[in-house]
Amino acid sequence: MSAVLTIERLNARLADVPLLRDVSLDVAAGEIHGLVGMSGAGKSILAKAVLGALPPVVRVTSGSIRFEGTEIVNLPGQKMRLLLARGIALIPQDPLSALNPTRRIEHQMTDVMRARLGLSAAAARGRALALLDEVRVRDPESVLRRFPYEISGGQRQRVLIAIAFACEPRLIIADEPTTALDVTVQKQILRLIDDLRQRHGTAILFVTHDLGVVAKICDRISVMHSGVILEQGTVAAVIAAPRHAFTRALFAATPRHDRPTQELRPVPEALQCAVGVPR
Amino acid sequence: MTRTLLSRLLQAVPTLAGVVVIVFVLVRVVPGNPIAMMLPPGASQADFDHLKALYGLDKSIPVQFLIWLRHAAIGDFGNSISMRSGVLGLVISRLPATLELAALAGAIAIVLGVLAAVAGARWRGRWPEAAIDAVTGFAQAVPDFIWALAAILVLGVLVPVLPISGRSDPSISLNYATQFQLIESVLRFDGHAFIDLMRHMILPALALALPFTAIITRVLKISLKEELTQDYVLLARVKGFGEWRVIVREALRNAAIPTATLTGVQLTFLIGGTVLIERIFSYPGIGNLAIDAVINRDLPMIQGLVLVFALMFIAINLMLDLVTVALNPRLSHG
Amino acid sequence: MVDAAMQGPVIGQPLLRLAGNGRVLIGGTVLGLLLLASIAAPWLAPFDPLDQDLAAQLQRPAWGGHLLGTDSLGRDVLSRLIYGSRIALEVAVLAAIPTAILGTALGLVAGYFGGLADAVISRLVDVWTSFPPVLLSIILVALIGTGLTSVIVAIIVIDWTRFCRVVRAETLKQRHMDYIDAAVVAGLQPLAILSREIWPNIAPLVLVLLTLEMGIAVIVEAILSFVGLSISTDAPSWGGMIAEGRQVVHQAPWIMSAPLLALLATVLALNLLGDGLKAELDPVLK
Repeated sequence: MSAVLTIERLNARLADVPLLRDVSLDVAAGEIHGLVGMSGAGKSILAKAVLGALPPVVRVTSGSIRFEGTEIVNLPGQKMRLLLARGIALIPQDPLSALNPTRRIEHQMTDVMRARLGLSAAAARGRALALLDEVRVRDPESVLRRFPYEISGGQRQRVLIAIAFACEPRLIIADEPTTALDVTVQKQILRLIDDLRQRHGTAILFVTHDLGVVAKICDRISVMHSGVILEQGTVAAVIAAPRHAFTRALFAATPRHDRPTQELRPVPEALQCAVGVPR
Repeated sequence: MTRTLLSRLLQAVPTLAGVVVIVFVLVRVVPGNPIAMMLPPGASQADFDHLKALYGLDKSIPVQFLIWLRHAAIGDFGNSISMRSGVLGLVISRLPATLELAALAGAIAIVLGVLAAVAGARWRGRWPEAAIDAVTGFAQAVPDFIWALAAILVLGVLVPVLPISGRSDPSISLNYATQFQLIESVLRFDGHAFIDLMRHMILPALALALPFTAIITRVLKISLKEELTQDYVLLARVKGFGEWRVIVREALRNAAIPTATLTGVQLTFLIGGTVLIERIFSYPGIGNLAIDAVINRDLPMIQGLVLVFALMFIAINLMLDLVTVALNPRLSHG
Repeated sequence: MVDAAMQGPVIGQPLLRLAGNGRVLIGGTVLGLLLLASIAAPWLAPFDPLDQDLAAQLQRPAWGGHLLGTDSLGRDVLSRLIYGSRIALEVAVLAAIPTAILGTALGLVAGYFGGLADAVISRLVDVWTSFPPVLLSIILVALIGTGLTSVIVAIIVIDWTRFCRVVRAETLKQRHMDYIDAAVVAGLQPLAILSREIWPNIAPLVLVLLTLEMGIAVIVEAILSFVGLSISTDAPSWGGMIAEGRQVVHQAPWIMSAPLLALLATVLALNLLGDGLKAELDPVLK
């Protein structure tokens, strides 16, 4: 099973502050790999590194990121764009700010198809309608005509998912795609993503801080903290036998509806500031 | 949207009325006697009184205003004291020149401003942006009065490539229907006249446009840089679009909205600027006419010109509102 | 208060720091030279600025005789330039200071007392600034009558808003700080609070604006001279010289260039000075 994405001992820093330390993980074809951790753990930085979208002040000091064999680290902009076109997409976190407020939905869906797939305007439009059907948006014709602020948050996220899957990418980075949504909508979106993943065979790196989400949808997970990967393995394995105190604390802090009366304990301060790598 | 337009128009009327009344009163209560300026030395009191009555200056101010209003309603704005010709006619003959100049300056400012801002955003953090900042800073530190004169020296005298006065070469006589000579020359495919007119207009237009350009560049560049940190820009980049496309086709339309709001007010200063620029370049528009009228205490002319300028300000503000609404989809639907 | 007294000469240190700032140094030097030129004009100027010599009109600049040539009435350009600095400086000081006083006073009132006073003053400022200043100043001077006094009055009447806006904003900020509340509780009268507590914090800002205003005043005078609404054309002013030079700019470009450069140098120097002062005072203010 060849990995679509391989990250090996990646190190990145912002001035003197290390943001990522010896991070290694891989995502196999068609797999959903969850990247879990608290805010500030380094998940977003890792995601941006894969997309070639690191802010200029952040530098990768060593390690490698390979997408289907091609090295991403230090790849010049032009080549990175070609690589992205070959098969990487993004489902962003905030549906409202991730859509251009002054452009209609149709344009924002078809532009990438026309650029990457060379489709004509009419063909792209047809495909956009089909995609909107797939993500179960009602009345797709009128949604296409609208501006982002005219549709609901849930619809916006579905549009973004549709955009992500539009060009049949091999890898999708999902950056906390359910965080900005209502709890009721979250479940639907998760199911949708899983469905689409199965149908299109896309590999997904799923970034989230929510263990509940992880348990529902991911195949393997990596638990991250302070730029370090603490645990890695199948969901079942990690949840059943967490090796690090932090992971255990994280689980303890997560509400579970099969044990509704279990007392929640927040992750202790000491563990939150953990610096070393556990063994 | 038509409703907002109408309401703005209605709001404008009292402002217009206010301005007209204030200036009418001011020019009459303040010292400085236009009649005395018109008479030769040694004229008798009878001559003085006669002239005064002729121009209606012997009546009380409210009565004068009513008389003026009554005439104005039928399009009679009186006769210019200094130029001995109908005010309306004079204004109409000179207004197109100023409008063309202002429009040209505005277009230059917007085009140059957008180009400079986009370039500054494209190469942000690097020397081109610093260079653009230095240039706009310098352009704003030096008043446009000086720039206009410097332009005359450099491009009109030192390297004499352009004419520095007038609107067209006196040897070319244009038998055009209107005074919108630049527009007509285009419509008639009169290349020779067009080039000649442009050569005369380009320096004053540039001088007029300079402060506006500097402000547009500064504000738009800052807006653009802010937009580039937004999530939709990240998504556009992940979609594989290059930096130029991201800036021009995604960020620009969003950055244009606050820019238009902030710089729009400067447009009225563009119109006000024509007064000085036309004088410097001896350009025959209403700005030049205004200065003459003021120096000569030409009351009817001053009154008429104030009305015209006030109307232009109102028109500009209306246009600005329209543009803002057009740019921001949220406003036209909400 | 006691600590401040213990710190040694109060004037010496800030002045030294100012001198170290390049912009202040350059700007200040240029202005100093200008001041020198205007004071020492009778000794510096090689000729009488009003002396016409119709036999020597429009002469080119020459080393031996007229260093900057002569104008269309045969008058020495250099001498007129030097004497012109007097008008420039006179207007700069006489116009900028009252403008600062008026604007600052109104700004303090609006910022400190708020309420109706603020509403009225702010509205006034808004209306005032919606008119293009050049147009306004021309109309004003034409109404009042030509002459230097009118120019100065016009500048004050039109530009006080510049000070008012900034001072009002800063006063508002200061007003809500704790040390003002303490003063109010201590029973200090508003006038005392304004003059002893708020003013010292605003003064550096006003000083910076003052240099800016002086530059503006010089330009406005030049523009009004150019248009013919300032002093009579016989007495030398840079604006008037520019107007005359404009008429003969093809035959004798030096007549317009010299005063233009002088104007440019003055305005830039004042801007530089203001910039430098702002840079110096900013960390102290914040």
